[in-house]
Amino acid sequence: MKNWRNHLGLLVPLLVVAGMVLWPVATGNLSNRENSFTILKAIALASSLNILLGYTGYVSFGHIVFYGFGGYVGLYFVNEQGWSIWAGILVGGISSGLLAFLLGKAILRLRGAYFALATIGINEAMKAFVNNFDLFGGPIGMTLNFSVYRAYGGAAEALRLSFYIMAGLTFAALILSHLVRTSKFGLGLQAIRENEDAAEVMGVVAPDAKTWAYVLSAIIPGMVGVLFFFKNGNVEPHVAFPLHASIELLVMVMLGGQGTVLGPIIGAFAYQGMRGFLVTSPIFKDIQLSVSGVVLLLIVLFIPAGAIGWLRQRIPSLRRVLA
Amino acid sequence: MQQLSLLLASLPDGILLGFVYGLAAMGLTLIWGVMNVINLSHGPIIALGMFGTFFLFIRMGINPYIGLIPVAGLGLLIGIVIYFVAVHRVINAPHLSSLLATFSVNMIIIGLGTAAFTTSPYNVDFNMGSFRLGSTTILGTRLIAALIAVLFTGGLYLFLYKTRPGRYIRAVTNNRAAAELMGVPSTRILALSFGLGTMLAAVSGALIATFFPFNILSGGSYELKSFVIGVLGGLGNPIGALLGGLILGVLEGIIPAFLETSWVPVIEFALFVVILLVRPKGLFGAK
Repeated sequence: MKNWRNHLGLLVPLLVVAGMVLWPVATGNLSNRENSFTILKAIALASSLNILLGYTGYVSFGHIVFYGFGGYVGLYFVNEQGWSIWAGILVGGISSGLLAFLLGKAILRLRGAYFALATIGINEAMKAFVNNFDLFGGPIGMTLNFSVYRAYGGAAEALRLSFYIMAGLTFAALILSHLVRTSKFGLGLQAIRENEDAAEVMGVVAPDAKTWAYVLSAIIPGMVGVLFFFKNGNVEPHVAFPLHASIELLVMVMLGGQGTVLGPIIGAFAYQGMRGFLVTSPIFKDIQLSVSGVVLLLIVLFIPAGAIGWLRQRIPSLRRVLA
Repeated sequence: MQQLSLLLASLPDGILLGFVYGLAAMGLTLIWGVMNVINLSHGPIIALGMFGTFFLFIRMGINPYIGLIPVAGLGLLIGIVIYFVAVHRVINAPHLSSLLATFSVNMIIIGLGTAAFTTSPYNVDFNMGSFRLGSTTILGTRLIAALIAVLFTGGLYLFLYKTRPGRYIRAVTNNRAAAELMGVPSTRILALSFGLGTMLAAVSGALIATFFPFNILSGGSYELKSFVIGVLGGLGNPIGALLGGLILGVLEGIIPAFLETSWVPVIEFALFVVILLVRPKGLFGAK
């Protein structure tokens, strides 16, 4: 690798996530593995959202729709058609990507708050639709046949396998995020973020670039959805399409710093850590949502660039490492 | 034939509810029109209005319709406070900032509300009688709520077009920089507009509480309805919001005659996305 310096920015994110994966393996503790799974899932989803939000500057308030839709499709094939989890994850990712392609062709024409509103509408429409869709079990959802786990050596082994797949998906999300950020395609996206009209004048084909950014940001959430519902053993409409989860993802990206590879990781870490602390603390447990709200408000008002963005502004020498 | 009678039975109710939905949406669309901010704390304010009716009527025995006056006053005040705390600093920032700022207010209210009132359902048992219109029964509370909604719309119209602060609000809506050059105190006008928006939300919540059970999370579904209505009527067009509310109310009245009720949100949100794409300025074309 001649240009290894260009990829220095990927080093810190990979090390952080590798640490997250090794921590439960080293301690051999099951509850550590669960915590690590939750954080890895948040990192993978937030990094995917960052491709659209951070690089392209489009605010999606309903990004969780891809997680829910991909998860539903994948679980349907695993459960009803007897496919393996690998094929299920693949088909979940592809169907989310396809959905994003079709939606993107339509709604990416909208800008700013109109786009944000449309994504909320799509999430709610999809949730209401799945609620009525009998093939996916309607309002009851789908419950995984316990026999499905047998192919993976029982439930405990299947959970272990899920953790490693999750780790793999998180690495994939990071590498994807880094590749987009350093590529010419990503440069086009960042030009769109700064000024869409000017970018078009300079030769960026904005509609195509935006659609592909949307597709890329949808595939991994679809895969994560399949894996999560496979691990959980069931899926219901209100678990698959929670609007507040979309907003939690936005908060994570904002917290860490939008438009950076490391930012969503730090944000996911900090947000999950804060939530875990608030839910268990005797003083804050009843008003944990309010405390999160105050923290979010303070960040939005005073450090809109997020933790990594703030560090990059303050300490220029860190810019090469903290990408 | 059976469907027709079902239609006739559910349509008047839908229309009456539509006026109240329209009132809620008017608050949202007023704020959007004046300062290009989508107020994601709209739903919790509606819920607070509902609890306003509950405490004034059940605990203090004040008639819910007289109780609207303190609810409206508090709604205005809360809105002005929210504006100065959360919105003022991000009003010129990218949309993400104002969306997240108002959403954090949403989280704060829901968090405190859940701690104070839990999420179990509340009910205001208030009866204004009912009367028969052909084959349908119309509840007195809904008729009065619709009348009050129309009254508030008229009041808002008069305020915007006949008073000095109203004229200032319209000037800031049109062009804030130019209005400032003409000596309009824009910060105060923005705060007032935000307060008026939340006031309308609180009043609509107080009216809804007289006929539906509710909890602190109930505002969310009316917030989503307000988005749909706002887009139908044109975001930033308060009078269009009332018409949009009527359309939504009629849809909610018609759809159950042909499909299962659970399909209503599918059609509502699909319509919402389609209108955003085809006519983002709304069916009645603001500007």
